[in-house]
Amino acid sequence: MLSIETFVIVSVIKIVIALFVLLTAVAYTVWLERKVVGHIQNRWGPTRVGPFGLLQPLADGIKFLFKEDLTPPHVYKPLYIAAPMIALVCALTSISVIPVGNWVTVAGVHTPLQITDLNIGLLLILGITSMGVYGVALAGWSSNNKYSLLGGLRASAQMVSYEVSLGLSLVGVLILAGSFSLRDIVEAQGGHFWGFIPKWNIFYGGQIIAFFIYLISAYAETNRVPFDLPEAESELVAGYHTEYSAMKFAMFFMAEYANMITVACVASLLFLGGWHGPVFGPPILQAILPIFWFVLRVFGFLFVYIWVRGTLPRFRYDQLMAFGWKFLLPLAIANLVITALVVTLRS
Amino acid sequence: MEVHSGIEPMIHLTLFLLFGGICVAGAVNLLAQRHPINSALSLVVVMGSLAGEYLLLGAEFVAAIQVIIYAGAIMVLFVFVIMLLNAGEEERTGGSRVALLFGVPGMLIGTVLMAWVLLERSGTQAVSMGALPGAPKTIGWLLFHDFLLPFEVTSVLVLIAIMGAVVLASHPESVQQRNKER
Repeated sequence: MLSIETFVIVSVIKIVIALFVLLTAVAYTVWLERKVVGHIQNRWGPTRVGPFGLLQPLADGIKFLFKEDLTPPHVYKPLYIAAPMIALVCALTSISVIPVGNWVTVAGVHTPLQITDLNIGLLLILGITSMGVYGVALAGWSSNNKYSLLGGLRASAQMVSYEVSLGLSLVGVLILAGSFSLRDIVEAQGGHFWGFIPKWNIFYGGQIIAFFIYLISAYAETNRVPFDLPEAESELVAGYHTEYSAMKFAMFFMAEYANMITVACVASLLFLGGWHGPVFGPPILQAILPIFWFVLRVFGFLFVYIWVRGTLPRFRYDQLMAFGWKFLLPLAIANLVITALVVTLRS
Repeated sequence: MEVHSGIEPMIHLTLFLLFGGICVAGAVNLLAQRHPINSALSLVVVMGSLAGEYLLLGAEFVAAIQVIIYAGAIMVLFVFVIMLLNAGEEERTGGSRVALLFGVPGMLIGTVLMAWVLLERSGTQAVSMGALPGAPKTIGWLLFHDFLLPFEVTSVLVLIAIMGAVVLASHPESVQQRNKER
């Protein structure tokens, strides 16, 4: 076991690396989205700033820093300033329990590739997602603008509704794994069955319906197409972030993409087997290959996210809420009951 | 993690006082604020610090559920209602200065005395950090074996509340009246 000083230093280093990687990933997810949606719409996307437009996020960041950060006169200032901070803090905190690989030994220190392995890790992510709703609701209200208020209320109602089916879709996985700790859930998916098919929860665990419920609930939770009515330009100007400019808007933007990445990581860990994959070679490669397999899954999930954005039209609000409460929730409960039955009968 | 056993009670006390202090400050702020949205957000802070106290007791599942359900769902609905009803700032009229001057310290002293007497008589002792069973498995076992009847009765109670809310929200008489007038 590590001494307390080593533990603190190692944790700080892991936090710095994780935040740096997450923020870079957010910037390049924006680039990926613009390129992929561009190609789906038969155009190029960013190509001018750097090769393949790869420096576009840097240019956007500089633009956001130098833009005029104006505060409209009639907003409720304390909450107007606090709302993007709440959204961003909640979006960035979830990375603390997400494991990306096995235990490694670096410079004599044996540590997991995870900032902290809580034994209620999954509940922490659900709790932080619930708290993120405040950022949106308070932004909409404090802007003192009817479009923002409507957008904020719609967004919060949507997020709260789909949180229920999100949580229920994950309970099937929890029953199979027997633990809330994300590392334990991934380790329960090791090995193969029938020779070569990996024992991921989506195949062997039979959680394919739960995977699709999770996918759809995640799109609604992160306010992405086809559930992005709260941000719809043609309906509500820009919804809850109408009155925000420059850095505060960038914070909402970053929070949305960081939420997308967190959701993709959780799906990869719970349904797609985490970091399991062929591992070979010298010890340094054995430490890095699991990270590579994990990132591949997250990238695949994000690609599907962006693909759906480029393809589907938007749901009307009443269709959205009816779908969440009248279809997804009963389906998630049915999935839970059937999984519990199968697990009980098997053991 | 090796922790010197001498420092652990001090860490426990510091964290307890920190979370307790935030909780009490949030509660006092809730009463002192004029605008209801500030009061609702102070209540969220109180819920969060209570979750911290549960964590100190070792009940990690209860702490997580407190944040998810109470701070993350129930308080969101409170905030919705305040936003939708456009509740403005309170008016502070007709308050008595004397009542404030003598009442608040009197209440504080009375509460402290009562708490002290109750603690002396109850025979309970201070709980060490992480003393309670926190694992979800334990709680699940308790809920579905020892406390099964209260659990089921509570679920029936919640069902009745939902039905009552549906009935209240549907206004059957006014719908029939409107249909008659047409």
